[in-house]
Amino acid sequence: MNAAQFMAIFISAVFINNVILSRFLGLCSFIAISKETKPAFAMSMAVMFVVTMSSIITWSIYRFILVPFDIAYLRTISFILVIATFVQLVEMIIKKTSPALYRAFGIYLPLITVNCAVLGVAVLNSDMFFAHNKAVAGSFLFSAFQGICVGLGYTLAMLLMSGIRERLDFCDVPKALKDFPLAFIIASIMGMAFMGFNAFKF
Amino acid sequence: MKKLIAEFLKGIVKENPTFVLALGLCPTLAVSVSLTNGLGMGIAATFVLICSNVIISLIKNFIPDKIRIPCYIVVIATFVTITELLMKAYSPALDRALGIYVPLIVVNCIILGRAEAFASKNNTLYSLFDGLGMGVGFTLALLLISGIREFLGSGKLMNLMVIKDLEPARLFAMPAGALLVIGLLLGFFNMLKERRR
Repeated sequence: MNAAQFMAIFISAVFINNVILSRFLGLCSFIAISKETKPAFAMSMAVMFVVTMSSIITWSIYRFILVPFDIAYLRTISFILVIATFVQLVEMIIKKTSPALYRAFGIYLPLITVNCAVLGVAVLNSDMFFAHNKAVAGSFLFSAFQGICVGLGYTLAMLLMSGIRERLDFCDVPKALKDFPLAFIIASIMGMAFMGFNAFKF
Repeated sequence: MKKLIAEFLKGIVKENPTFVLALGLCPTLAVSVSLTNGLGMGIAATFVLICSNVIISLIKNFIPDKIRIPCYIVVIATFVTITELLMKAYSPALDRALGIYVPLIVVNCIILGRAEAFASKNNTLYSLFDGLGMGVGFTLALLLISGIREFLGSGKLMNLMVIKDLEPARLFAMPAGALLVIGLLLGFFNMLKERRR
């Protein structure tokens, strides 16, 4: 466990294997909410928080419950339940303690339950940082850090996309391509630019 | 009988989950590198869709309204786990190729969407045909996208060489190519819809 490994996780999660542009996780929210910068940013922050927290929680469940009792095949079902419950809990806590923040997150918080990025990162963590059903050294920190980095990658793609789409409102585009199709084509061009990061190999 | 066939057919064209409802795009894009992967993912999702639709339509009267979504998710996750284990046992190569996208079938919006919109309101037989139709529609969409990507990206179809002496456009085998293909296909189907009006 050293700084280089954390650096590798950071660059891999944010640039090379960007959740949206290369892994296609959380694509639905990415296309649907990236019309304006402000809601896009609120959604990104909500995703980042939930992804990081759920990485920590699912790591603990995998390490202390599923692996010791040899029931790792229940991974999918337990992770999704924990994530759904956790999102609901966060929603209730935020609603009670900070109504302003609750309004800012709005409908995006419940939507995160079905955001594949959250479950995807939990599954990735248990694939990457557990070898032969044993946690590798420092896997807890790696998992939490990967959660943060995936959130950062999501935020980066979301902000770039919403900036471009705000400008597009003033353009004259073919009627058939309006909205979703054009959003996919822009995402593709951004993906091509991100392919340049593939040269960073560790 | 007529209504059953209508339920089956609507998933294929009129309410195609991928091109019309734009649901479940994450796995569609991620696994559509080759026809084999597309077909495997399509069959896996169809299996989960049919089973969860049937079970949910059977137990819909026992589920309290407030906690229905978690209940649906448990049913769906169970079938996804079954699929995952079956795939690991009988076709490990496909399991490796699809990777984390097999467990991610749980969060495929098509499945939860059909459970909420159809299976929770209709009887078992209709739900079965709805699941079958939606699954076939999803599989066909996957085959279309993965066929285009495999052909342009590597000059092959089903891993068989189709064109030999042409330099393939590697872009289409990359993630960026998937986004481009689906964007243009969605635009194309929009155009057809406009024409028909």
